[in-house]
Amino acid sequence: MMDLQLPAWATWVMLAGLAVFLAMMILFIRRNHGMKRSLFASPYALWMAIFTILPCILIGYYALTDASGKFTLDNFRHFWDSNYAKNQLYATMGEAAAPFIKRGTVNVDTLIYSLWMAFLCTVICLVIGYPAALFMADRQMKLGATLVVLFIIPMWMNFLLRTIAWMSLLEDQGLINRVLRFLGFEGVQLMYNSGAVLLGMVYNFLPFMVFPIYNSLNKMDPKLHEAAQDLGCNNWKTLYKVTMPLSLPGVISGITMVFMPSVTTFFLPRILGGGNTMMFGDLIESKFLTEGNWNVGSALSLIMMILIMISLGILRKADPEGEGGSMI
Amino acid sequence: MKKFLSLVLLVMLLIPAFAQAEGTVTVFNWQDYIDESVIEDFEKETGIKVNYVRFTTNEDMMVQVDANPGHFDLCFPSEYIVERMISQDMLSEINYDHIPNAKYILENLQNSTYDPGNAHSVPYMWGTVGILYNTKLVSDPVDSWGILWNPKYMKNVFMLDSYRDSMGVSLKSLGYSMNSENILELEMAKEKLLEQKRIGTLKAYQVDETKDKMVSGEAALAVMWSGDALYAMDLNEDLAYAVPNEGSNVWVDCMVIPKNAKNKENAEKFIDFLCRPDIAQRNCEYIWYSSPNSGAIALMGEDYISNPAINPSEETLARCEFFRDIKEPYRSIYVTLFEEVKSAK
Repeated sequence: MMDLQLPAWATWVMLAGLAVFLAMMILFIRRNHGMKRSLFASPYALWMAIFTILPCILIGYYALTDASGKFTLDNFRHFWDSNYAKNQLYATMGEAAAPFIKRGTVNVDTLIYSLWMAFLCTVICLVIGYPAALFMADRQMKLGATLVVLFIIPMWMNFLLRTIAWMSLLEDQGLINRVLRFLGFEGVQLMYNSGAVLLGMVYNFLPFMVFPIYNSLNKMDPKLHEAAQDLGCNNWKTLYKVTMPLSLPGVISGITMVFMPSVTTFFLPRILGGGNTMMFGDLIESKFLTEGNWNVGSALSLIMMILIMISLGILRKADPEGEGGSMI
Repeated sequence: MKKFLSLVLLVMLLIPAFAQAEGTVTVFNWQDYIDESVIEDFEKETGIKVNYVRFTTNEDMMVQVDANPGHFDLCFPSEYIVERMISQDMLSEINYDHIPNAKYILENLQNSTYDPGNAHSVPYMWGTVGILYNTKLVSDPVDSWGILWNPKYMKNVFMLDSYRDSMGVSLKSLGYSMNSENILELEMAKEKLLEQKRIGTLKAYQVDETKDKMVSGEAALAVMWSGDALYAMDLNEDLAYAVPNEGSNVWVDCMVIPKNAKNKENAEKFIDFLCRPDIAQRNCEYIWYSSPNSGAIALMGEDYISNPAINPSEETLARCEFFRDIKEPYRSIYVTLFEEVKSAK
């Protein structure tokens, strides 16, 4: 069993961190809005402190210590070389074990694979989502409002159920293959591969791309279109010169909201990829639950968090007014 | 109001005292792992009140037992957990004078490797790990683990997403022990699993989904526990189950009495009751796992005895082994190697 006991000093450090955070929060609110309003924010500040700040501190603590609570950087070496612990053991076993000592690339490869999948998912969502948002926001299209509702309805259902429903569509004995075979075609294997995982990701995250873009397009003044056309722009040029630049904050927000959950996807690969296509989220889960190694699991989580923060920073550069990124 | 409150508090203080008084036994069993009418019959026959609590994983059960010393009188862990509990001094020895029906326990389960002489544990149910296959899709005889690597069955093999079971199958197919702590053997077992991916017979690593997918004919072959295999075979008559000749894993769920149990004698009475042939038969027919009880097997008749899935032959069993509790650092070697297999693209 995992021993969850923290040394007393760690508890005090955490409590002190919490106190400093709360004090800063209150000071910040006071300076900006006056004392009375700050009281309204305190439940949220407390919530943040307990369920966001404290877990982050804990992740940092576990990532930088070993099982006995001593400071170490081994967990990060473990990220670079997934065979780190194994290699150290083999090194003590003499010549027989020597040929098996080599760097394990499981963690790094899985991270690269996750980033690549998230990138693909974001691009596909953007390519499908932008025209859909344009269509929905077009006031001359009567169907636009219906489409908005159609996009929202599946979100009423639980993410898990939707994914399992995809499984019964894509299986070799699933609906799609049965229809194909009924029509005289050969069945195809749609599941148990990266393609199926990507499909599941696009399906689940597409609304997060469409709605921010739809919002920014909807806010746009229709007179801008008229002005552009008065000045001699044709429809394509209006789209390219006016609509697109003005919808950029929505696009950036959409990219952020799709990319982040995509990188951290887990469970989907297990259901649709048949456990053949492990992503970084699955790896972190297995470190915590199968292996019971909270320290390495925390180090992997920390690396993931830092990567997300870096990508957020880059996006913020592209959208200095913070219209998109501020949603997160 | 104050008086009322203190009365309530007093009553609340007394409830646990009553509950722990003589004439009760607290049983901690797996979810859905007993014919519940058996509990009522035990209460009627002995007058002992049964406090029946359920758990879903071995690890969860261990945490509960650890956190509430003396609370549980009888638990049902799997064999490698029995070994871990013994090594952590969590179990008390069983007094077999109180369990005359223990004589019905099958001989091959009586002297186990996980608990020498069964001093701390009495087998409750057991089963094997084997291959569940679809007779319409598989023409070759299923008698060796090697069939899982046969290129005839491209993308047609489900493996178990569990490092012990999958590494175990690979080790067995190479002729090694499923409990190997030899790094050369372990590295070879990993290579063998990677080879399965390269050949392309592997369809998926999964656990819970497999039995229903096998019923719908999704794959030709699957590594499966005998209990789940029987469930699937009942729903699709094309399915069959075999334990390969190289041998496999035999698992046993046991009855154990934790240290400091308050009602040890009642727990032993309960064990004795469950070992009575007619009661063991009822439980076995409810759960569909193999019974360790020779008396119950005699009662269940030819159908049960001739079904190789429930009742493997002695030769097969002789080649099977129990899981031992793999200790660190070997446990993490198993995990690291299996992770490498699963993440290989």
